Amino acid sequence: MAVAELSQQGIIARKPRSLLSDSVNRLKKNKLAMVSMMFLLLMVLAAFPFASLFTSGDFAKQDLMANSALPQWVESTAIGRVVFSIIMPNNYENYVRYSDQFPLGADDLGRDLWTRTIYGARISLSIAVVASTVSLIIGTIYGLISGYIGGTVDNVMMRVVDFLYGFPFIVVVILLQTYFKALAKHGAEGSIGQVMVNLNNAMGGMFFLFIAIGLINWLGMARIARGQALSIRKKEYVDAAKAVGAVDTRIIFRHILPNILGPLIVMETLQIPGYIFLEAFLSFIGLGVNPPTPSWGIMISEAAPAVRSYPNQLLPPALALTFTTLAFNFLGDGLRDAFDPKMKE
Amino acid sequence: MLKFIIRRVLGFIPVILAVVLFTFVLARALPGGPFDFAGDKSLPPTTIANLEAKYHLDWPQWKQFTSYMIGDELTFFAKKFKVDNQNVYVSKGMAVINGSVYEMDGKTICREGEKLVYGGFKVFDLDPEACGSSKGVLRGDLGPSFRYRGQTVNDVIKVTFPLSLQLGTMAIMLGLFIGIPAGIIAALKQNSIFDYSATFVAVLGVSVPSLVMAPVLIWIFAVNLSWLPAASWGAKPPYLENMFLNPGFDWVNYFTHAIMPVFAMGVGFSAIFARLTRASLLQVVREDYIRTARAKGLKESVVVFRHALRNSMIPVITVFGPLFAAVITGSMVIEQIFGLNGMGKHFINSITNRDYPILLGVMLVYTLILVSANLLVDIIYGWLDPRISYD
Repeated sequence: MAVAELSQQGIIARKPRSLLSDSVNRLKKNKLAMVSMMFLLLMVLAAFPFASLFTSGDFAKQDLMANSALPQWVESTAIGRVVFSIIMPNNYENYVRYSDQFPLGADDLGRDLWTRTIYGARISLSIAVVASTVSLIIGTIYGLISGYIGGTVDNVMMRVVDFLYGFPFIVVVILLQTYFKALAKHGAEGSIGQVMVNLNNAMGGMFFLFIAIGLINWLGMARIARGQALSIRKKEYVDAAKAVGAVDTRIIFRHILPNILGPLIVMETLQIPGYIFLEAFLSFIGLGVNPPTPSWGIMISEAAPAVRSYPNQLLPPALALTFTTLAFNFLGDGLRDAFDPKMKE
Repeated sequence: MLKFIIRRVLGFIPVILAVVLFTFVLARALPGGPFDFAGDKSLPPTTIANLEAKYHLDWPQWKQFTSYMIGDELTFFAKKFKVDNQNVYVSKGMAVINGSVYEMDGKTICREGEKLVYGGFKVFDLDPEACGSSKGVLRGDLGPSFRYRGQTVNDVIKVTFPLSLQLGTMAIMLGLFIGIPAGIIAALKQNSIFDYSATFVAVLGVSVPSLVMAPVLIWIFAVNLSWLPAASWGAKPPYLENMFLNPGFDWVNYFTHAIMPVFAMGVGFSAIFARLTRASLLQVVREDYIRTARAKGLKESVVVFRHALRNSMIPVITVFGPLFAAVITGSMVIEQIFGLNGMGKHFINSITNRDYPILLGVMLVYTLILVSANLLVDIIYGWLDPRISYD
């Protein structure tokens, strides 16, 4: 019986499943990954379009009469007292003050911790998306060209990557970021420099972070893309495309790229926690976004010295950072298991 | 093998030179200088000019770089004279005499009593410590610090490096000793409760950065429970050589101070090791040679440890390169939070202070560590996998 007849008789009720739908189904079965995805989606919604709805909306507003204040509900409710007697040092009631303006309390400059934590998500999530996209695009194109052309070009391009790989990048990022920060503070020479500085200031210091983090993380991606391109360009369908006269760009972008993009995206997702850490680290050492733009790294660096007296200031950014990277890790693992089942076993 | 190592070590030279040059140029391109103190600490312009001349900051960059690399007396553009055993460098009408700068307006320098005199005036006290010139990086002299008066970068690194080294080494050890056994157990008892809990804890471990872990540990163990001291490990760093030679070394005190910083840094490493070991061991135990080894009737421990583990370590070794980078960033965070007098803290301070020699010196040490880590990884590869040959 032909397939058409079978489907007429209702034996084959639906279209044959594609590889993609198989993978998506596998992903859907992974509860942790799905919960993480929901969490991240909620986070994006909370941080970008709806941030001003359920926060005070002004992360820079200071109330110096209420610096380091605890929220009022701690004093007035029993749960609040119990929870904070665990969190805080024993004698905390002797030195804290309370304020009813802040749902999670205020930092040492009297700014709302809740608002700052929510707005801080903007930085981490933007870094996650932009840095990974930049490194994915640069790395994939570089690796594709290198792997597809092969020969001397490949050799030279990969030697460049090898040389850069030997570079101590973390220190280079720190230096670059120092330079960018100083540039932003003192103003740049030349019109392009000034445009970039203005753009950076408009983005609260994020633009240079994107450059510093995104530009240096494409090396690993380039290596993987090259390896994949090398193996795929020997496949029959590439030969077939060549035989019918397809030009190189068409072969690269229509035939090779779609076949290697899946694993590359999965790899990139697994890198995202690293980017978030890097941003938090740079902010922690004072080389991240410009104050008063909140970033979890800055908030932690402000809360850490005061942890003996006000550990409650540490918790919101620390928990937010941990849960976000946790979600990206679970999602990345889930994607890898779903799209590359050989890895799972 | 030896040939390979020599070739690689030679290959370090351009990388290191490139890093030093890059740092040098970028550091000097930063707006603001090392002697711009703000507010009432600010110095009069003449003093700043003199200080800058003392450290050759008024020279063109290529001269500064040459002098930084090979030392003042070897550079042809600074003429060196000996006046009564004092080195005097003369360039462009300026004289640098043991760190002090004088304009040469045709007068002569001579010696009178214990002081050098210049045109009849007393010009400086004999102060060999405050000399602004160095012997150059190639001869192992990283130059004077601009901000810590009277200290050279070598002094600073000598004090701070041992602490950072101990912190990093112990953190990596912790990572290996927790991570690899946990990974092995998880892989051998796959899909058991051990596996699930180890995997879950490992994901948690890689998701908590050290900059969260460190203050949280202080909060729990130092503030709320008061079990461990929070800071002061670095007050007097117990050097490695003293630890073993000193019979009265206070090990208990040492470890109570070290445990939180090391744990804050190393727990993430152990999670990474556990995940990698588990994944790679799971692949290896499905190989044919493991089945063969089992079929031969070898003991399970021999199969696991001699046949499977060694091969499964190959992918694990790949993380050592990024791991050392993580140790460096980790040391900056941990030293800052725990108040340790380590190299990472000085690196960050030197950026804000514009203390170029310290910045360059620490950068150089970092670069050396990272490139040697990469070499070490390659050597361990060759040892784990005899199929890889380097010659």
